[in-house]
Amino acid sequence: MTVVLTPVDRGRAEEARPRPPRRHRLSALDTKVSPYLFVAPFFVLFAAIGLFPLLYTAYVSLFDWELGADDPAFIGVENYTTLVGDEQFWNALFNTFSIFVLSSGPQIIIAVLLAALLNANLRARTAWRMGVLLPYVASLVALTIIFGTLFGPQYGLVNEVLTAVGIGPVDWQADTFGSHLAIASMVNWRWTGYNALIVLAAMQAIPREVHEAALVDGAGALRRFFSITLPMLRPTIIFVVVTSTIGGLQIFTEPKLFDPSGGSGGGAENQYQTVVLYLYQSAFQSFDLGYASAIAWVLFLVVIVIAGLNFLLTRRLASTSSEVRR
Amino acid sequence: MTRRPSFTVYGLLAAFVLGSAFPFYWSFLVASRDNSALTGDFTLVPGGNFLRNASRVVDTIPFWKALGNSIIVSGTVTISVVLLSSLAGFAFAKLRFRGRGALLLFVIATLAVPTQLGIIPLYMAMAEFGWAGELEAVIVPNLVTAFGVFWMRQYLVDAVPDELVEAARMDGCSLWRVFWHVGLPAARPAAAMLGVFTFMQSWNDFLWPLVVLNADNPTIQVALEKLQSGYYVDYSLVLAGTTLATIPVLLVFIVLGRQIVAGIMQGAVKG
Repeated sequence: MTVVLTPVDRGRAEEARPRPPRRHRLSALDTKVSPYLFVAPFFVLFAAIGLFPLLYTAYVSLFDWELGADDPAFIGVENYTTLVGDEQFWNALFNTFSIFVLSSGPQIIIAVLLAALLNANLRARTAWRMGVLLPYVASLVALTIIFGTLFGPQYGLVNEVLTAVGIGPVDWQADTFGSHLAIASMVNWRWTGYNALIVLAAMQAIPREVHEAALVDGAGALRRFFSITLPMLRPTIIFVVVTSTIGGLQIFTEPKLFDPSGGSGGGAENQYQTVVLYLYQSAFQSFDLGYASAIAWVLFLVVIVIAGLNFLLTRRLASTSSEVRR
Repeated sequence: MTRRPSFTVYGLLAAFVLGSAFPFYWSFLVASRDNSALTGDFTLVPGGNFLRNASRVVDTIPFWKALGNSIIVSGTVTISVVLLSSLAGFAFAKLRFRGRGALLLFVIATLAVPTQLGIIPLYMAMAEFGWAGELEAVIVPNLVTAFGVFWMRQYLVDAVPDELVEAARMDGCSLWRVFWHVGLPAARPAAAMLGVFTFMQSWNDFLWPLVVLNADNPTIQVALEKLQSGYYVDYSLVLAGTTLATIPVLLVFIVLGRQIVAGIMQGAVKG
């Protein structure tokens, strides 16, 4: 029988020996120190470019801090009290959630149905999977510009079609609900295929015996889908919902570029201004860094709360259901 | 289970794929006509103006410079993320050290942290360093991701047998050489996927480059935005720009699409 020493055991064994050879002492040092050297670049860089800016945002948010100002004035929580009474902030928060709900709901349903189609025994399987993933490669900027023309209120193709079928044109830019719907459709177009592939992977992880047992018991295809597939997909669906929430809460490019003639974006009446867009405009157009930092920090807390809920939910569900997680 | 699906299934899938492809085609369609394309009668036949519009794009914005910048930025970021993630991921997966569990938990906890919200101090720092407007400003803040470390760690836990690491150590290999000769070769499939995802994410990044770069030295996304903004919008020009910018990523997708699909599906089940 061979004895396999772990690096730690080896180190101890060598320490016990009197005057170990030089090579072994180096090796013990290597065992102790190298792992830290391996993870250090990540932690040092992440602290500098990820964590520090976030924490410093909280600090900046306590000041009346203009871009380029020499001595910003400490004002305590005044930015936050202003924010609570700021209708534009609440409006932006409402828009963000509205666009998120309009995008995530239909997206999940279509993704699950699409995954069910892809789960069939298709010819040219990979080609179909690549086909539904195609929108994922589009850059958000290009995509938003393209959809901006499709949803143009005057000559847009969508309105031409709606007029032709007798529904009549919708002002996709000026109308609050219309603009949210148009922006949500961009999000849906880009992410539905991607999420369908994640759901498909989870579907394929469901043991075949479960389906076969139900088949023996006389369950039809629909019954099996609703009684077996859907319940077993629950953790994956929650995962998809939560990742799209974290992304959706930070939506910026689409509202910024949706209407090319709309100046700084978000719509003339801020009808589709989102929180991150408001943050951007406060910081880099109004140059009010303190106030923008307060917006960032509040949004950060919202995201953390939702991510925390996700963690609790998935942990509970994962222990009762299948173990499919990302 | 082995029965081939009906035509309805193929029909629905084909409709979905056509819908997925249509905006790309629409972009090319408008780009191949002139600015009256949107006001005239709708047609699916492209016109003959694409090359003319494309050359106008190159004259209007610093297109080649933007393309080169995007390649430099995304390339550097990708190399850094893949290498540093593999290194840390290998340590977390295969080496024992005090505090490993706690540090890994920290990495996992930061997965959901929206670091994008730190742009205000980041901007102040870049201005301080004199990097505003320079490519360093879009490269340095993206050199590592928590996701990358987690992804590589998850892969390497199973991909490298502990015995192999032990054997290499017995032969007198330093940990660095074990990483280089055992860990890194084994990590190749996961590293390739991480590379593709990182490259695409960096290529498409918009908010931060928009904040910190200017019209003279942009990435391709920032250049597209400059092309679009303006009171009078020339759609055939703008959509020629989006078409030009989309061609490189479409080519990458055609070559690597199979791996990207596999990567998304593996990421969904593993972890």
